[in-house]
Amino acid sequence: MSIPLSWYLILSAGLFGVGLYGVLARKNAIAILLSVELMLNAVNINLVAFWRYLDPAQMAGQAFAIIVFAVAAAEVAVGLALIISVYRRRKTVVADDIDLMKW
Amino acid sequence: MIVLLPILPEILLLALGVLILILDPFLKKDEARRPFLGWFTAVGLLAALTVSLLLARPADDPAFAFGGMVRFDWLGFVFKMFFLFAAAVTALFFMDEEKLNRRAEAYLLLVAAALGMCLMASAADLVMLYLAIETTSIPLYILAGFLRQDDKSTEAGFKYLLFGALTSAVLLYGFSLIYGLTGKTGLYELGVYFNNFNLIAMGITFLVLAGLAFKVSLFPFHFWAPDVYEGAPTPVAGFLSTVSKAAGFAVLARLFAVVFVWVSDDWSLILAILATLTMTVGNLIALAQKNIKRLLAYSSIAHAGYALVGVVAFYGLGLPSVVFYLIAYVLTNLLAFGIVAVVGRVTGSDEFPAYYGLSRRSAGLGLAALVAFLSLSGMPPFAGFVAKVFVFVAAVESGWVWLAIVGVLNSIVGLYYYLNVLKYMYLYRMENQDEDQHPVPVSRPVAVALIVLVAGILLLGTLFGPWFGLATYAAAALF
Repeated sequence: MSIPLSWYLILSAGLFGVGLYGVLARKNAIAILLSVELMLNAVNINLVAFWRYLDPAQMAGQAFAIIVFAVAAAEVAVGLALIISVYRRRKTVVADDIDLMKW
Repeated sequence: MIVLLPILPEILLLALGVLILILDPFLKKDEARRPFLGWFTAVGLLAALTVSLLLARPADDPAFAFGGMVRFDWLGFVFKMFFLFAAAVTALFFMDEEKLNRRAEAYLLLVAAALGMCLMASAADLVMLYLAIETTSIPLYILAGFLRQDDKSTEAGFKYLLFGALTSAVLLYGFSLIYGLTGKTGLYELGVYFNNFNLIAMGITFLVLAGLAFKVSLFPFHFWAPDVYEGAPTPVAGFLSTVSKAAGFAVLARLFAVVFVWVSDDWSLILAILATLTMTVGNLIALAQKNIKRLLAYSSIAHAGYALVGVVAFYGLGLPSVVFYLIAYVLTNLLAFGIVAVVGRVTGSDEFPAYYGLSRRSAGLGLAALVAFLSLSGMPPFAGFVAKVFVFVAAVESGWVWLAIVGVLNSIVGLYYYLNVLKYMYLYRMENQDEDQHPVPVSRPVAVALIVLVAGILLLGTLFGPWFGLATYAAAALF
């Protein structure tokens, strides 16, 4: 085992940071959804790395990771559907323009 | 059979959902019989409630089921029963909403969300907890954006999804770090790793708290609530603001009682500040609202703050008062949103002028509104008063006197805008003073739901002893 656990954790933290930045900075709804996916992938890297380095006999980490991407797929499916329904009404997916309601 | 008892309510909900789908094609041809779906859902939910009450009561000693995935205890059970009840009431409100009542999917999504909430209340494992939260959230995203022809509803679904996906990713990152730190996922095994202060534990707590703060709309994760409540179909907004929030608090209480043990002592100050900000921000912005759904949204943010006061107090009366507060709040806010749904359907508006002279247009509705808004503002003899008293007493008992004072001051601010709404209903007149010409008819399912809720609020506000006993018993099962 040449690669230490910390490298995976740094990668995952970096990916999470990039995702978070994307969510906060991007205007396009699809890009925001993609950034959320990056954050969820960071979680998965964490889970799988922890599982491998802590106790590979315990399957909890792996099972958790599989469940996370199953749920993420469901979330994206619903997310895209909602974005499409907004797009059909407004002809835009720019989050800043979807502002009928504020304050 | 014994193995299935702990999740009997969830199994019944699943069966009900499948039955709704099977029933749907048979009713497609006959438009007149479509309302049957709503009755079927409501009665089915109540049947599930009754069966669970009779057969699936937990023992006095909490037990784990499903390999430690769920904990079969009274806290989970009490919350589950109230979720089923609230979902049944919401199904009745759905029947009144033109675009929802002919769609089997709406009822199915309602049942699916209720299933997720039941699991949230009893989850005892990080994996289960995450799945339960998502099982609740995803149907709610769809329900919020259900009216595809409506600009506001699609926008509500869209915003709810984006904020929800972001915060659930943050929450999940916290969970993954908990798993990494301890190598375990069972909530009740984690406490030993979090029993003293360290920086990593603090970071993790922040991540998890951020995720849950979104669910229960605490400051500074509250800003989605007004937009989503305003845009979502009114019965859905009612469901979101009550049951979904109560489920979030059930998770919050369990996590803080068994996982972040040190938090309960050292961290209380941060929670107290959060509670103060949540109450104050909610109440102050509510003062400026012109739309009743937004007003109720900010009021529900403020109520999350009051309930958090009980979490801060924690010991003694603390957790029981949270449980009681949530029960009272669920009944009251469901009633308020039910009234808004009726008025919205008849007048086509949620702005204040739509409420001028309501008491003359429908005496019954006016009376129900009186009960709802007085209970929200915390007036005796309604449930909201007793709930607030318990929460503030718990705070004083645990030494949080200043927090209780802040809470009382906030209640006074709240009183102003709740009474304002009642003023529009009782003292103002419609433009031509011809309220007789503009009655507000209440359909039968909604009337049933409103009467049940009013009775519940009065019952909770007068005979609160047994209910508070139940809440105490439930909270004691947490540890």
